Amino acid sequence: MIKDKTAIVGIGQTAFGKKLPESELELACTAVMNALDDAGIDRAEIDGLASYTQEAHSEVELARNLGLGDISWFSQVGYGGGAGPGVIGNLAMAVATGQCRVGVAWRSRKRASGAVRRPWSKTGSSAQEDIATNYTRPFGVIRPVDEIALLASRYMHEYGATRDHLANVALAQRKYANNNPDAQMVNKTMTREDYMTSRWISKPLCLFDNCLETDGALATVIVSADRARDCKQTPVYIHAWAQGFHAQHQTMQNFFCDDPLHGPSWVAARQLYRQSDIQAQDIDVAQIYDAFTPLIPLSLEGYGFCDRGEGAAYTENGNLEIGGALPVNTSGGGLSEAYVHGFNLITEGVKQMRGTAHNQVSDAATCLITAGEGVPTGALILRR
Amino acid sequence: MTDSALLPFIDDTNRPFWRGCQEGILRMQQCPTTSRLIFPPRPVNPWSPRDKAIWTEVSGRGTIWSVIEPHPPLISNFTKLAPYNAIVVTLEEDPSIRLIGNLVPAAGAQINEITYEDIVIGTPVQAIFESINDEITLPRWVVVRQ
Repeated sequence: MIKDKTAIVGIGQTAFGKKLPESELELACTAVMNALDDAGIDRAEIDGLASYTQEAHSEVELARNLGLGDISWFSQVGYGGGAGPGVIGNLAMAVATGQCRVGVAWRSRKRASGAVRRPWSKTGSSAQEDIATNYTRPFGVIRPVDEIALLASRYMHEYGATRDHLANVALAQRKYANNNPDAQMVNKTMTREDYMTSRWISKPLCLFDNCLETDGALATVIVSADRARDCKQTPVYIHAWAQGFHAQHQTMQNFFCDDPLHGPSWVAARQLYRQSDIQAQDIDVAQIYDAFTPLIPLSLEGYGFCDRGEGAAYTENGNLEIGGALPVNTSGGGLSEAYVHGFNLITEGVKQMRGTAHNQVSDAATCLITAGEGVPTGALILRR
Repeated sequence: MTDSALLPFIDDTNRPFWRGCQEGILRMQQCPTTSRLIFPPRPVNPWSPRDKAIWTEVSGRGTIWSVIEPHPPLISNFTKLAPYNAIVVTLEEDPSIRLIGNLVPAAGAQINEITYEDIVIGTPVQAIFESINDEITLPRWVVVRQ
């Protein structure tokens, strides 16, 4: 077990926007340099690199551009929004086992203006990629939002969840973003009426059930707990982490399995809590992957904050807001701060544990961070 | 009509499924050892990996499990058809087998003729088949009249 053996000691980010002039590579390098400055560690010390398989540029290019030295460990995690905590967890394992000493993890993406702005819009992709989509795209189920809407529609039917529940998620996160100067939506308030009258994207999901489209990058620096005690910042310990997907899981098209509403989160949660002294009832604040609002109730169930089918009702009474039962996505998250495949959820978790978040949960000492429900996923528990 | 850019690819593994559609039959892979059905088709039988899956004809009867109505931004002909319906159907023989499709009033009808509001989860449906071109026939779904 790697419990508390490593810590996040540096975080860095770029601006978030609809159209940034820099390339993904330039944004990545800026985020990494900012994270190193935050940590007070020189780039010459980096010897481990971790990122997403969907990253536009390789570790080699990052290292060449940043003028790094010898790299002794590198790895990437797949499945887009399912990757984040897995990237951090794999890097933590590498640091804990001595494969590297100073590890950097990053995600850089130009989802708003880059060359692969909307991956779903390409046609005629290879047979290998399309084993499942061969049975969805011909029928007009084309975008991730259509795939999640099919799960959401069933969830609403089966458990009595309503659009008001999904609005609870969107509104809570918008409120956080309105108090976060880094958020794309800092100046855009949202009312329940705004939500209810916004245009459909894939009914029952509307515009505000969807995450933002963002250009931006983020990075973290991870070292051993021993080293962390001498760093500039309060160490934020990686207490537990896990990955998971269930039997017959089908990434994104997760209706081709036995029980689609009992998704990968349940598997990751089981492994996560098995290794953790901190259980669901001990979590002070959570950053839950939110490409679409229905992922919040589904994940609340998977990670044990309520029983199956109760995730929608859990969003009532301001439960996700400051002072509620579980403040969720306190930066505004993917819905209202920035959508960078969930990496801003990781840095927000670190800020909460340092006590420096814009929407600080007072005395927060434990934070759950999850990757996407509905894809091969992962989760982290951070502690002060 | 579906845009050719989004038509399914046919290979040695899935050919019996798509040929079945051309013949007006819904065919599925099945494990010869456990009799469990397999969908989408794949090269190795997950229920007994050393035993090659066989192909079997299924009833084509099922139940609507979920429904959505996609709106733009979309691609190809679906932009023109939007808003249209898309449904998930669970198969009568094994409700853990789910197919994605569209509910239509009758053979040859468009996928935007029945609206989201008129589609009820739990409704029994039957597969019908729409020829798109010489190679491709897609399954569609119609409500079973009681």
